[in-house]
Amino acid sequence: MPAVTFVQASGERKTVQGLDGESVMQVARRHGLPGIVADCGGELSCATCHVMVDEQWLAAVPARSPDEEEMLECTAEMPTACSRLACQVRLTPALEGLVVHVPRSQK
Amino acid sequence: MNAAQAPEYGAVVIVGAGQAGAEAATELRACGYTGTLTLVHEEEGVPYARPPLSKAYLLGAATEADLAIRPASVYVEQGIEILSGAVDSIDRDNRRVRLHDGRELPYDAVILATGGQPRRLAGCDIERASNVHYLKTLADATALKETLRTSSKLVIVGGGYIGLEAAAAARQLGLQVTVLEAQPRLLARVTSEPVSDFYRRLHESRGVDIRLAAQVVSFEFGAGGHVTAVVLADGERVACDALLVGIGQQPRTELAERAGLAVTEGVLVDAACRSSDHRILAIGDCARQPCGADRTPRRIESVDNALQQARIAAAALTGKPIPVRAAPWFWSNQFDARLQSVGIYTPDCERVVRGDPQTDSSFSVWYLRAGALVAADVVSSPRDFAAARRLVGGGVSGVASKLADTSVPLNYLATSVICAASQVPSNSNSIQVSV
Repeated sequence: MPAVTFVQASGERKTVQGLDGESVMQVARRHGLPGIVADCGGELSCATCHVMVDEQWLAAVPARSPDEEEMLECTAEMPTACSRLACQVRLTPALEGLVVHVPRSQK
Repeated sequence: MNAAQAPEYGAVVIVGAGQAGAEAATELRACGYTGTLTLVHEEEGVPYARPPLSKAYLLGAATEADLAIRPASVYVEQGIEILSGAVDSIDRDNRRVRLHDGRELPYDAVILATGGQPRRLAGCDIERASNVHYLKTLADATALKETLRTSSKLVIVGGGYIGLEAAAAARQLGLQVTVLEAQPRLLARVTSEPVSDFYRRLHESRGVDIRLAAQVVSFEFGAGGHVTAVVLADGERVACDALLVGIGQQPRTELAERAGLAVTEGVLVDAACRSSDHRILAIGDCARQPCGADRTPRRIESVDNALQQARIAAAALTGKPIPVRAAPWFWSNQFDARLQSVGIYTPDCERVVRGDPQTDSSFSVWYLRAGALVAADVVSSPRDFAAARRLVGGGVSGVASKLADTSVPLNYLATSVICAASQVPSNSNSIQVSV
């Protein structure tokens, strides 16, 4: 069960347990973490589950799909090279300990 | 209204725990509301998201657990009581919500988030057949999924979003699928001909049998009362072993009507989502609110609308500034095509097509009224949808010719508009640009 650490814009960190195959968005929602809005429920349509993968984890996370790449232009906060839509990042044993940063705003 | 003028509410009852009701509950807490908060849910369990019911859930790619909007623990931690039951009436004189089982909930404010119910096929006795389905709730989707597992021929009455999304899912599950649409084109109520035609071609290319202008006149029943065929006005008989009816939904307004609130095809509400009784608000599919440039009262059936109105209602009840309504948006995923729409389309709009819907897998259709951009349907181009949300938001004029020019990137156009907008007086409602 890969643990995921969410770092809020305030600097507050919270580590929660994910399940293999679960998306980072689902983990956040299941644990009721703030800042991941996910209006569309994971259908890659709303860009309100924006996170920035911690730089140390960037290489371990599979690349963005073309659709995700384009949807990142819809985010409330300016995307960076580390930006992902959390609904598109699936947990695998290789992502045990993943750290993501939650932007200040999603809407 | 500032915080000092905020009315004091000690008990809020939310009737309906769909996307709108669930969001209103957590948003009230986020706005600082500390009183009693009851969310009356007609079903068991926690509020869940409905969009996947016609797609990922049917396909088995999402489970019931994936659908929960928030975990049960969040409602407990936030002091939101989820009460399973049905509401019978609202006693406005004594400010009490009465449940069917006799319980009474005193209130200072009520939020009606009662949603809608599937429109039924009139004048035919198919309701009791176990292979006839409507699709609204998790229970509906579970029953449909179960039927699809043992069926080979699905007939869908209605070529709207629900019918087409379910058609795509059933094809992907290997069923033969026929869609019967009474209008001369698919999605006729909600979009323009180029988009309708694209979806007809998409479904046909994937093996869905699309019948337009098809008038259903009767049904045939087999042993055990199953529907075995649909008979059309021209005498044709379309065999099936599963039937799905997706012909739109009606707002659930009985409670509001019985309480004597102003109701016209939806509970009439103002910009703050207040009904004709200031202590009763209405949000989501059941509410009709003035919106768009013409401020026409409209009922908008979408997750985005439910969430926006929930946030407005929570702000209104806590004396926070009412959030500015963004242009409503919507999405529908069918096969590998991703439709994203923004704004309010009406059939009288002029239209500009960007790209070629006949040959391109991605294109967009832009809708203008009196030269101002009011809506857009964007197919399989999230990048253009990002630009569309920015462009449609501001009542932009003067861009029609640029929209059709695929050599002008839309994000460039949107950025130009936003730069222009930042130079016009802030009290201006419409933005004229030249790029």
